[in-house]
Amino acid sequence: MSLIGKIVTVYGNMVTIEFEGIVRQNAVAYCHRADGVALKSEIIRIRGNRADMQVFELTRGLKIGDEVEITNDLLSVELGPGLLGQIFDGLQNPLPLLAKKMGVFLEPGHYFPPLDKDKKWEFTPTAKVGDYVSPASPLGSVPEGIFSHQILAPFNLSENWKLKSLVPEGDYSVMEEIAVIEKEGQTQSLTMVNKWPIRIPLGVYQERLLPTQPLVTKQRIIDTFFPIMLGGTYCIPGPFGAGKTVLQQITSRYADIDIVIIAACGERAGEVVETLREFPHLKDPRTGKSLMERTIIICNTSSMPVAARESSIYTAVTLGEYYRQIGRNVLLLADSTSRWAQALREMSGRLEEIPGEEAFPAYLESSIARFYERAGIVRLKDNREASLTIGGTVSPAGGNFEEPVTQGTLKVVGAFLGLSYARSYARRFPAIDPLESWSKYKGLIDSKKVALARSFLRSGRTVFEMMQVVGEEGTSIDDFVVYLKSEFLDSVYLQQNSFDEIDAVCSPERQAYLFDLICRILEHPFKLAEKEKARDLFFTLTEQVRNWNYSAWKSPQMDQIEQNVLQLLN
Amino acid sequence: MRKYYTRIDRITGNVATLKAEGIGYEELAVVEGQSGRSLAQVIQVFAGTRGVSTGDKVSFLGSAMRFSFSENLFGRIFTGGGEPRDGRSRLSENLIEVGGPSVNPSVRLMPHRMIRTNIPMIDVFNTLVEGQKLPIFSIPGEPFNELLARIALQAEADVIILGGMGLKYDDYLFFKRRLEEGGTMARSVMFIHTASDPVVECFAEKFAVQGKRVLALLTDMTNFANALKEIAIIMEQIPSNRGYPGDLYTQLAARYEKAVVFENGGSVTLMAVTTMPGDDVTHPVPDNTGYITEGQFYLKGGWIEPFGSLSRLKQMVNAKTRDDHRAIMDGCIQLYAKCREAREKRAMGFEMSPWDYKLLKYGQMFETKLMDISLNIQLEACLDLAWTMLADCFESRETGIRTNLVEKFWPKKVN
Repeated sequence: MSLIGKIVTVYGNMVTIEFEGIVRQNAVAYCHRADGVALKSEIIRIRGNRADMQVFELTRGLKIGDEVEITNDLLSVELGPGLLGQIFDGLQNPLPLLAKKMGVFLEPGHYFPPLDKDKKWEFTPTAKVGDYVSPASPLGSVPEGIFSHQILAPFNLSENWKLKSLVPEGDYSVMEEIAVIEKEGQTQSLTMVNKWPIRIPLGVYQERLLPTQPLVTKQRIIDTFFPIMLGGTYCIPGPFGAGKTVLQQITSRYADIDIVIIAACGERAGEVVETLREFPHLKDPRTGKSLMERTIIICNTSSMPVAARESSIYTAVTLGEYYRQIGRNVLLLADSTSRWAQALREMSGRLEEIPGEEAFPAYLESSIARFYERAGIVRLKDNREASLTIGGTVSPAGGNFEEPVTQGTLKVVGAFLGLSYARSYARRFPAIDPLESWSKYKGLIDSKKVALARSFLRSGRTVFEMMQVVGEEGTSIDDFVVYLKSEFLDSVYLQQNSFDEIDAVCSPERQAYLFDLICRILEHPFKLAEKEKARDLFFTLTEQVRNWNYSAWKSPQMDQIEQNVLQLLN
Repeated sequence: MRKYYTRIDRITGNVATLKAEGIGYEELAVVEGQSGRSLAQVIQVFAGTRGVSTGDKVSFLGSAMRFSFSENLFGRIFTGGGEPRDGRSRLSENLIEVGGPSVNPSVRLMPHRMIRTNIPMIDVFNTLVEGQKLPIFSIPGEPFNELLARIALQAEADVIILGGMGLKYDDYLFFKRRLEEGGTMARSVMFIHTASDPVVECFAEKFAVQGKRVLALLTDMTNFANALKEIAIIMEQIPSNRGYPGDLYTQLAARYEKAVVFENGGSVTLMAVTTMPGDDVTHPVPDNTGYITEGQFYLKGGWIEPFGSLSRLKQMVNAKTRDDHRAIMDGCIQLYAKCREAREKRAMGFEMSPWDYKLLKYGQMFETKLMDISLNIQLEACLDLAWTMLADCFESRETGIRTNLVEKFWPKKVN
């Protein structure tokens, strides 16, 4: 039964309605435009018999007195087999299907089912008739691309339901009934699809664990210096042009993870298009299949309606939680959380809330925290461990990190990969600032060695700054060598050439091996009399080790280079 | 029956408030009174409220802003509200709604074709790509309109649409004359003097859907942003940064994101002048723009600055032009950077080496032969010219260009 309300105010994407009856906060409603098109909206504030709603579409043409149909459902997503490889908008509308049916423009008010209703899935039952069914208990599985996709009982089920019937092995669509459960004479029919409201964290598990297992990104500067954990969180703030999106793309390609969800939130459409057009042709190094088979794209680019941008982040994180629930390790990349925060700000302004810093709402920080808190590694009921890792980019105005979104994010994340304009200007990629960034997690490599390397970076910077004042001639040879060592570490280890097939992907064992070699060079007490000689020696070392980075693992060429390097030390 | 409202309750700045019934959001209205007729949009009034009295008549047109879209547009000049500005008749066939929904990202293509402008600083060093959106960051007073007009004249495009927002009358005449003289008026449409621009990109999009390659040129986006600011303040919105509304990013992005490449070959390429108050890139308008666009051209000292300028999409096309393109692009800029260092050295009174003199000579040549924005040279000729210049100033090994390219392209000495 849905309630009918009437529009009293339209202001941007905010609509105020008047209603009689009971209305639920965050319920979905549809504004009926005079020409019959229904626009999806969500109730965000209720005051007496008036409610404020955000409309997920352009509100042009809505009139005072137009009818609004208020449902009792919260804004939800459909969860089931067939999500992988898809491209959705912020409300889980499949974009390719929308293009096929509606043409090139995103006309408001057209919604299509996110999961293919006709596709048959090969279902294998695992539960037995008579079993007790609790929330998220497995009923069977279907193969989805490279994974086996567990079919679970509803997540909001009460206890003590019993399985009354279950279909035999065979092909079923997501619409078909696969099981019936009963409790105290009541029965409920189940399909392969579950629904879940996006603003409520999804998770049926024994316990949440401390993130201890590194998420290998194959990027040296991240894995060695600023590691990320399975189930952890990290953020990448940086000014425009510093390479945030490129770094996210590299991570989505090479990270050791089962499933990647890309939430393109308020950024350029061109970047999504790049992923869209390239991923199907790229091979997942772990499975040999197309990268698209492990990827879901949630796409609400900067020109799409703002309210849907706000919800797209939650849609993405709910899909991530779902795949965690069926036992996978998931990485959610949100680009960019600043655009999401701006969507919050826009709505807050329309609601005439008292603003906080830079007109962001006062609840900005808690909203950011709630979002990142949905990450985590958990022990499921069947003792398997599964995780959801969240990495968000932040685009601070003017590249200044002292703004509310960056500061609110830094409080809740486990790692901070700050990009610097100076490094990207000097073409040192990835442009992560090695002195400003930090990670609270423990990485692949012995932390003592990392501390040693870091001390060289720090003292190298000090020497460099000193040299700017007193010139090279005023610097002692020992200090000069420290500077050269830090530059050497920077160029052969921190920098990584993402265009080179071999250097782009640096495996953990390769990182450990190279790092040992580099530490030997860093610790080596070079006895050099002249600065020119020192510079020359380090030029040669840098060139050699860079070539090492370009050589295949365990190839004769690599051994040869290593010999050359060791000889240089004698 | 059109209903007239004769009582305006409140007039603040450009916003008039009145009680009316059955009005749609963003619907268009007409205000008629002693000082003439002006178009208004619900929440926004276009042509200025100066002289509007509380007794003026207001009527609503029952639809959002619409505009005639047909081949007849070519060669015409309109105001932002869609009124003809060239003294010719109004257009009324095939009305389309202005400022519609955005393009579905899954039907876009990756930009992959170069647009030749025959301006060396663009073609060689920061290639413009079809479907790209690029701002021209400029200090007020730089010749940005000159550059824009030059691009309009020289660029390869089927349709050119020019939007002048807050344009001075002189500049308007300048553009008009340049396009007429250059003979491009027949494939151009101009929209001049307006605070609000969605018309421009809307047409651009419609032409692109038909498979046309469209180049949209806008000047000046900072004026547009300031108009947004004005409206927002009058509407008593809470400002976020230096008085600009919180949705500045969204508003700008909605315009810039109209740049697109379709599968049928149609495309919209967008270039927009953004003047930077006080040469400050962190000002909200250029800052937000930088996050939206695919690179930027810096106009400084009358030149397109080689260091701050960047076309992010150039990699997608400059491998396919000629095999020395990338090498020349990098080599010339690196040497020019060294030339600037040498100039600093000279300015500080340090001793100059023969190498420094070579650099100074090169820098001088580079600036006059390639950096001048009034040049009109084909890309291939530019590359050849660059080789000659390098050979005039340096030995081949000093340039740092790969040996195989030097062997192929280095001009042979004629004695």
